[in-house]
Amino acid sequence: MKKIEAIIRKSRFEDVKAALLEADIEWFSYYDVRGIGKMHQERIYRGVVYDTSYIERTLLSIVVRDVNVEKTVKAIQKHAQTGDIGDGRIFIIPVDDAIRIRTGERGDISLYDVKK
Amino acid sequence: MRYTIYLTSLFLLLMFASDTMAQGDVQIQEYTSSSAVLPPDHLVDFIEQPSALDSGNTAWIIVATILVMFMTVPGLVLFYGGLVRQKNFLSVIMQCFVLVGVISILWFAFGYSWVFGTGLAESGNPLSFMIGGFDKMFLRGVTLETLIPGPNIPEIIFALFQCMFAIITPALIIGAFAERVKFSGYLLFAVLWSIFVYNPMAHWVWGGGWMQKMGAIDFAGGTVVHINAGITALVMAILIGKRKDYKYGQPTPPHNVPFVFMGAAFLWLGWFGFNAGSGLAADGLAANAFLVTHLATAVAVVTWIAIDWIKHSKPTVVGASTGAIAGLVAITPAAGSVDILGAMIIGAVSSLVCFFMVAYVKNKLKYDDSLDAFGVHGMGGIVGSILVGVFATQTVTGTEGVQGALFGNWQQLSVQFIVTVASIAFSAVMTVIIFYIVEKTVGVRVNPRIEEEGLDIYEHGETSYNY
Repeated sequence: MKKIEAIIRKSRFEDVKAALLEADIEWFSYYDVRGIGKMHQERIYRGVVYDTSYIERTLLSIVVRDVNVEKTVKAIQKHAQTGDIGDGRIFIIPVDDAIRIRTGERGDISLYDVKK
Repeated sequence: MRYTIYLTSLFLLLMFASDTMAQGDVQIQEYTSSSAVLPPDHLVDFIEQPSALDSGNTAWIIVATILVMFMTVPGLVLFYGGLVRQKNFLSVIMQCFVLVGVISILWFAFGYSWVFGTGLAESGNPLSFMIGGFDKMFLRGVTLETLIPGPNIPEIIFALFQCMFAIITPALIIGAFAERVKFSGYLLFAVLWSIFVYNPMAHWVWGGGWMQKMGAIDFAGGTVVHINAGITALVMAILIGKRKDYKYGQPTPPHNVPFVFMGAAFLWLGWFGFNAGSGLAADGLAANAFLVTHLATAVAVVTWIAIDWIKHSKPTVVGASTGAIAGLVAITPAAGSVDILGAMIIGAVSSLVCFFMVAYVKNKLKYDDSLDAFGVHGMGGIVGSILVGVFATQTVTGTEGVQGALFGNWQQLSVQFIVTVASIAFSAVMTVIIFYIVEKTVGVRVNPRIEEEGLDIYEHGETSYNY
């Protein structure tokens, strides 16, 4: 079981979401995040230019079975890519266990729907 | 042959008809010009009393009063509220809104009497230099029939119209000390300021005081409202000190730019009542005031956008909104005495001066005027008040009216200059005094912890956005 965290451009989110659904990755969380990086966004306020130095991105947080890691990563990388600096990162993190709250099932079984 | 008969009969019929109509006219003329026949009863009053209520003027001033109220809430609330950070949004709303209540009560209790009363002047009391009198407290003696001579509108609606001006003026100052002022201290300050700064100044300019007698032009409140509030804002910004987390040249980003835009749009709309209503009549002067208000603002907006675009290669929404306010402020004293040419120049100059003030001078001189109340209202007011002495023209003020330096009357320019300097000096000195009174009693500034966390939750127990 792995957790995949991906920081992507906000503008690529809809495409990545569609690609993930296409790849049968049907549930995940995402957040609007702000980060600090190499890119700078200049802002103007009443004739004064200033630098907020934060960059707005979307953070995807997906827990998948080991078998699905590669196709998830591929879907994200393919659709989040624009080729410019600032496309983001994907992190793969091991997960010890998972519990489905409704039934108490543990492990891989808690991550997918048995009937399917 | 048949057609000829038709045509002839039609012709005769027309002849007959026009003949009887002409006779009818004659009869009507005889009826009205005959002294033996009295006019209908409901016209007797109208003919015998030349100063009967003018329903057209009254209707317009009622609408204008609504528009001026609309400038404060929600116009100024949204304009200032959008510019502050989210943690202080409600504090700005509350500071504006509370004035609508408090100042209205004070105004009808004695403010109106102090500004427009005549008791002290008639009795020769030396106090009449500062205030009008105590004869109209709680609108004593003002009935439904009491009219303002000239425009012939009820005195009640005149008092209400002026009440809205008394409300918006202290509300403008909020821009200087937003995000760090204590609510109780602010309230005491606003009340004292309204009583001891606004009332005397309004009396001088509109209530028959020395500025009015000198012939100063202040159509809708350039000195009373904008210079007065703007200078107070500057003095307060310096005395109260900068926000803890503010660095010069590093502005705090506005929390909601669409609110800023909406506020500016509402202010622009309300300002038509502010300026075009100040003549107290629905006449050509009001139409001209409307025209020059709109045009000066349009030019100011375009100017600010152009400077933004040239300097930073991007036209900004906050900039365009600020430009609109700069133009509106500057045209306020001039709306009753300039034409299109003057309006356009005043709008452009005001935008340039205000941009220079907020973009360079503020950061050079290092005072933290949070929302540029001085940079826009103070400077715009000064520009308008001086330039009206240049561009006032008799095509608007009438053949006996004032004209500016452009038409050879340098006297008017010097009058405008004296009045402007006097307003600056008076409001600056009075503000310092009131500041120290408030500072020694309830305190003006919140403690650093509250400032850091936001005024909303600590001062008002609420937050703007929940879930």
